[in-house]
Amino acid sequence: MRDLLPKTAPPTSDKRWRIVDTAMRRNGYAPDGLIETLHSIQETFGYLDEPSMRYVASSLRVPLGKVYGVATFYHHFQLKPQGEHSCVVCLGTACYIKGSSNLLEAVRKRFGIRSGETTPNNKLSLLTARCVGSCSLAPVSVLDGQTLPHLSPDQLVEAICALDETEEAAQ
Amino acid sequence: MNLDELESTAAREREQCAGQKCRLRVCTGTGCASAGSDRLTEALRQRAKERGLEGEVTVTEVGCLGLCAEGPLVKVDATDTLYQNVTPNLADNVLDSLTGEAAGITVCNEKQPFFTRQNRVVLENAGYIESDRIESYIARDGYRALLHVLAEMSPADVVAAITQSGLRGRGGAGYPTGLKWSTVAKATGPRKYVVCNGDEGDPGAFMDRSVMEDDPHRVLEGMAIAAYAVGANHGYIYVRAEYPRAIKRLKTAISRAERQGLLGSSIAGTSFSFTIDLRVGAGAFVCGEETALIASVQGNRGTPRPRPPYPAMSGLWGCPTLINNVETLGSIAPIIRCGAPWYAGIGTEKSHGTKVFCLTGAIKNTGLIEVPMGITLREIVFDIGGGIPNGGTFKAVQTGGPSGGCIPEKYLDMPVDYESLREVGSIMGSGGMIVMDQTSCMVDVARFFMEFCMSESCGKCIPCRVGTAEMYKLLTRIATGEANMNDLAKLEELCEMVRETSLCGLGQSAPNPVISTLRYFRDEYLAHVNEGVCPAGVCPMNARKGVTTHA
Ligand SMILES: Cc1cc2nc3c(=O)[nH]c(=O)nc-3n(C[C@H](O)[C@H](O)[C@H](O)COP(=O)(O)O)c2cc1C
Ligand code: SF4
Ligand code: FES
Ligand code: FES
Repeated sequence: MRDLLPKTAPPTSDKRWRIVDTAMRRNGYAPDGLIETLHSIQETFGYLDEPSMRYVASSLRVPLGKVYGVATFYHHFQLKPQGEHSCVVCLGTACYIKGSSNLLEAVRKRFGIRSGETTPNNKLSLLTARCVGSCSLAPVSVLDGQTLPHLSPDQLVEAICALDETEEAAQ
Repeated sequence: MNLDELESTAAREREQCAGQKCRLRVCTGTGCASAGSDRLTEALRQRAKERGLEGEVTVTEVGCLGLCAEGPLVKVDATDTLYQNVTPNLADNVLDSLTGEAAGITVCNEKQPFFTRQNRVVLENAGYIESDRIESYIARDGYRALLHVLAEMSPADVVAAITQSGLRGRGGAGYPTGLKWSTVAKATGPRKYVVCNGDEGDPGAFMDRSVMEDDPHRVLEGMAIAAYAVGANHGYIYVRAEYPRAIKRLKTAISRAERQGLLGSSIAGTSFSFTIDLRVGAGAFVCGEETALIASVQGNRGTPRPRPPYPAMSGLWGCPTLINNVETLGSIAPIIRCGAPWYAGIGTEKSHGTKVFCLTGAIKNTGLIEVPMGITLREIVFDIGGGIPNGGTFKAVQTGGPSGGCIPEKYLDMPVDYESLREVGSIMGSGGMIVMDQTSCMVDVARFFMEFCMSESCGKCIPCRVGTAEMYKLLTRIATGEANMNDLAKLEELCEMVRETSLCGLGQSAPNPVISTLRYFRDEYLAHVNEGVCPAGVCPMNARKGVTTHA
């Protein structure tokens, strides 16, 4: 039935919306595919903005408030664009015991950003995680998807600087 | 695939392995991978090729061998030697060792207690199989239990066997698995579901991650047996988004199993059908709680609801739903294969079988271990774990994550089982075991966990939402030297209130880390409050130094 109803058009003509449409179709446009759909938007576009949430709301026929409610409930979903590089500092127990707060502090000192923030030049986003599952190598951080083990604060800052010109991120 | 076909697949795979002159098993578990084992695998293959050893040397990628602290690990089957700290630049040394003396690489002693004191049941395949190849699982008796169950046992027989094994839920609470299965089996509804809880929320642990990544078919087999026993035809695996590798491998495993007719319709030519879908979490600790998990699978905000009704009666879409942890489901196949009495024979009177722990913190051998229930904490920390490194002294071991407690030295000789751990104010939990030495401040530890519970509280009920925030504020006052004895009394009162009146397990257990540290390390709290000093030198205590800050 749902398929017969008039469909809403994607927010932009970007071809990548097809990926999102596929995710919704796979779940038969059922409202319980909401989280899967939001995952596909974030994977494709990096974050969830208002037009994309409106699109999902009308496609799955759920209130916008519910989409927003789900998007804000889960820490994984980002509502702001992310920087070119991402640094995820693990704040799980094993990493905490090995001094992960010093890593966070070092990044804040050097690049002027706190957890959840992005440098003004959009180069680096700083995020935190509750355990990334490499506890035996604590403290760890994940830099652009790569897990860096047994980090000292200096090593982390160095590794970030080594990512192309992130150096400029520090004012 | 029927039993005959399964056996011939297994035989073919074993033959092929036996035919390989020299097999190098490289650990590509999460620990070793971050230490460079991916590059090592490449280097080994490359160098073997350059030396013209292509046909002779086979490099296989296997899951976590356990001793992650010394990774990357490589096992050479031909010489029966395990090497540790094999960085990618040592590929040549490994190849040299095949023909002569091993030089420049460190042999890992497999006779050390770390290996000999373990009893691997759930982790029996770790280090042996290649997770993406279903044949490799089948060669180690994989799917044999499922086919046996379908051919020889009634659903009631299966429930009886699991009950007899004494298996209890490994997700934390230790609810008897057989009892849960029988409740769902007896429940009536239009459909039933089996859900595997792979949310692994405990921050500082990765047991379930290893099982899902290194041996995904074991989880699928356990789910299929459970589905047959309770009368379900559809299942979900809920995996947290932080585990992309587990998601990928489970997806691959599901499609391989479907292709072999071990999942899907008419499994092994019987009338039993079972399909599995994957659901990816989105970073909310509370979604590990079963009613929140159900809400999340249905695409909603993951907020818990009051129980009863329990999911066993009314779960996904109001249907009877069996929810079990990854490790619980991972124990099913071995129990069926080796028999319930065998499993019941391991462990203590009330806690049977083995438990996987993730050993981290101030301990020499950080890694993944599986031990029989009833082993003492001392054996785990000092024999298997190798004790405290850098001349440190043991202070406490934390189990149960944010819902658990810190256990002091005087209880080290206590057996590890559900009841004993509860008695000393902690819980078994899902398997995180974090060792602390003299450099850890117990007030700060309590504050750390409270911060966690405060940020992860879903906000649905007031005692937890406001209570955790208030307790966090009080702990911060203590840590900065601003607190007085009234604050301490208020903290204890709040602990009681939040524990008694919160809706779900998150709030009910949030005070545990505070209660247990107050119980065993009260003097540390008093030193902060009365003397304005942090004995471990961790807390800022700046208020006492004349600087006022508000964290
Ligand atoms: C706040 C909270 C978080 C939980 N997190 C998990 C988890 O990450 N993994 C898990 O298996 N069980 C978790 N549980 C326990 C589940 O609610 C449930 O009891 C368990 O999955 C049942 O499986 P079992 O009987 O096999 O242990 C959590 C419970 C609470 C209250
Ligand atoms: S106890 Fe906490 S997490 Fe549980 S329902 Fe209440 S507010 Fe939510
Ligand atoms: S606590 Fe940091 S990886 Fe687990
Ligand atoms: S990851 Fe290699 S030993 Fe654990």
